[in-house]
Amino acid sequence: MDLNTVWSVLVAVLIIGFFLLEGFDYGVGILLPFLGKDDTDRRVIINTIGPFWDGNEVWLVTAGGAIFAAFPEWYATMFSGFYLALLVMLVALIVRGVAFEFRSKDRRPEWRSLWDWMIFVGSFVPALLWGVAFANLIRGVPINAGMQYVGSFGDLLNPYSLAGGLATLSAFTLHGAVFLSLKTRGEIEERAHKAAMRIWLPAVILVFLFVIAGYFATDMFTKLGVNPGPVPLGAGAALLAAGWFIRQRRSGWAFVMTGLTIVLSAATVAIGLYPRVMVSSLNPAWSLTIYNASSSPYTLRILAIVALVLVPIVLLYQGWSYWVFRKRIGREDSLEY
Amino acid sequence: MDALTLARLQFAATTVYHFFFVPLTLGLSLLVALMETMYVRTGDDVYKQMTKFWGKLFLINFAMGVVTGLVQEFQFGMNWSEYSRFVGDIFGVPLAIEALLAFFLESTFLGIWVFGWTVLPKGLHLLAIWLVAIGSTMSAFWILVANSWMQHPVAYVLRNGRAEMTDFWALITNPYVWVQFPHVLFAGMATGAFFVLGISAYHLRKSGNGHEVFRRSFNWAVVYALVASVMVALMGHSQAQFLSDTQPMKLAAAEALWETEQPASLSLLTIGTLSGREEVFSIRLPAAMSLLTCDNLTCEVQGIHNLQAEYEQAYGPGYYVPPIPLTYWSFRGMLTAGVVMVLLSLFALYLVLRRKVEKVRWFLYLLPWAMVLPYLANSTGWMMAEVGRQPWIVFGVMLTEAGVSVVVSAGAVLLSLAVFTLLYGALIVADVYLLAKYARKGPTEDEKVLAPAAVH
Repeated sequence: MDLNTVWSVLVAVLIIGFFLLEGFDYGVGILLPFLGKDDTDRRVIINTIGPFWDGNEVWLVTAGGAIFAAFPEWYATMFSGFYLALLVMLVALIVRGVAFEFRSKDRRPEWRSLWDWMIFVGSFVPALLWGVAFANLIRGVPINAGMQYVGSFGDLLNPYSLAGGLATLSAFTLHGAVFLSLKTRGEIEERAHKAAMRIWLPAVILVFLFVIAGYFATDMFTKLGVNPGPVPLGAGAALLAAGWFIRQRRSGWAFVMTGLTIVLSAATVAIGLYPRVMVSSLNPAWSLTIYNASSSPYTLRILAIVALVLVPIVLLYQGWSYWVFRKRIGREDSLEY
Repeated sequence: MDALTLARLQFAATTVYHFFFVPLTLGLSLLVALMETMYVRTGDDVYKQMTKFWGKLFLINFAMGVVTGLVQEFQFGMNWSEYSRFVGDIFGVPLAIEALLAFFLESTFLGIWVFGWTVLPKGLHLLAIWLVAIGSTMSAFWILVANSWMQHPVAYVLRNGRAEMTDFWALITNPYVWVQFPHVLFAGMATGAFFVLGISAYHLRKSGNGHEVFRRSFNWAVVYALVASVMVALMGHSQAQFLSDTQPMKLAAAEALWETEQPASLSLLTIGTLSGREEVFSIRLPAAMSLLTCDNLTCEVQGIHNLQAEYEQAYGPGYYVPPIPLTYWSFRGMLTAGVVMVLLSLFALYLVLRRKVEKVRWFLYLLPWAMVLPYLANSTGWMMAEVGRQPWIVFGVMLTEAGVSVVVSAGAVLLSLAVFTLLYGALIVADVYLLAKYARKGPTEDEKVLAPAAVH
């Protein structure tokens, strides 16, 4: 494997890790106003992700930093090209982040309900937009010979990318509902379970619609062949299995399955893109690839050493933090947030 | 206004704002870790109350630092994509390492610390806050490696139309890093110290609940404040001397030194024309500038006119003088605030040693207002560092105007600037409201409010 491929795998791992972890954070945020009947309920719901959400978001920050360092042309083209979409994303992530910290620090109901809505909006918008963004990477956007995005904000909104947005939105919401049913007790657990039951079918439909749309809107499946191989098939199977486990009330397994769905779906997109990172809709030769968008071999080598040492350590201590806070949370617990 | 001006305005505004929160995170994380260390070692409940009280304020501040940091990372690509293409190979590296090494550590263990009071054994819980403090410090180091490279580019070669890294070790041993990083770190400690001093003084004056908490916090913070504000000045001095070799134009601009002088005089007060291109009036201290720059009374210090001529020869026709009034006055803002901080901490130490803190009422009234000083020094310090580097984005290598995104319209940047201004404006109100509320409350009441039974 050459260094560029090593780095494309590392970036894929960071982005997939981000979707897997922040995916249920978004889901929990989206479900907050629907599953929390009173303030204590809502605090329980927020506290399930309390110790984790910030660490989970660092997967995004690290993916961004890694793309900047390893594939500067990709970073520059994508961030300047998707300007307004990213502006919206930033606003959402900002209000969401402070809302977790601020909402319980004042007793007034108006204060709390304001920040609860911020958590909802700040989770809903990114959950939708990440799907839109990644669908556009693979569908192709107008990129010229000089690696500059020459489209408009409107070009990012097309049926395929919107289908991608709905797919991530529904998958993350399902992932969040299963996570809540795994991490709470009593009535909230019951409500979360019911929500998972209700969301599962729409999620299946939206995700499969997105996959079918992929056959028409992208070259992903012509590349992968009629039988796309174990990764996308595994994603589909995991999503179906998640439904079965939810019905059986085996929330641990259901969570593994929604997690697998997200990981394998994102991996499918990564495999479909490879070796490209952004497809040009104007001319296939103008697409950004892991070769023409990358840093120098020296930089990639230094970064690879750093990442291969540090990522396992991060996985270890983040894994430990999930172990420390493995208990289910209920209304009678003392709540930090 | 064009996209370039707007992008610069946005960068200035969002960075200054982001740096309201970062220094306090740096300084306070270390103080809180020390407080908890004392609690674990002695079992004294006052230390636990100190840890929890200052920890709560730390968290409110930390959240703002995190979310405004997101903007910083995205902004390079959004507004400065040509810069990013040109420098990503070298500038992106410390950013990626910062995230991998520091951000993960900081955020994961902060989560563990906040939620782990009753779950973890004391020792592990203490370890968590230390890892937060270490993470914050490492994050400062790596981002300053990146900034130092813009100030004093090393370890690169111009190849394939961009700057490529040639030596990772040389990047992190860039001498500029080692004058800038300690300066910023001590500035953070001073910010934390004055924050604790101000709030403790408020409570000592009121003598309400938690008196012992604030008496001890005050004594700690006095020592911390004195050490930090003296060290920040000394490191600033080394940095200025380093500038005289590497960015003499910035130093000349900060001192409004138009003509080369030997020995060079120090400006005490200079008024220039509005454009900043000519001097109208100046009071100067003879030879003092030579003394500060090279430790003797006789050396030559280069003036702006000379340097401009020199740079035109080296880099071609152009105007290489940064905005003088802003550089000059921001430098003076930083110096003034710094000097006052040293004096205040000396006086506070004197009061502590004489056991007279609570008797000198006017001083207790004054200290909460002094909390603003480190913020002033931090902001003006960065203004001087960044504005004084203009017109370069990477000194001597890339002009700022060449770094701006080519596909982003002025309208889009204006919209984004407006959105961030409004959002940041609203958030600072909420943030200050919460900080003031919890700062006033004191330690015991704080616990009551957060107990779940009291909230419902």
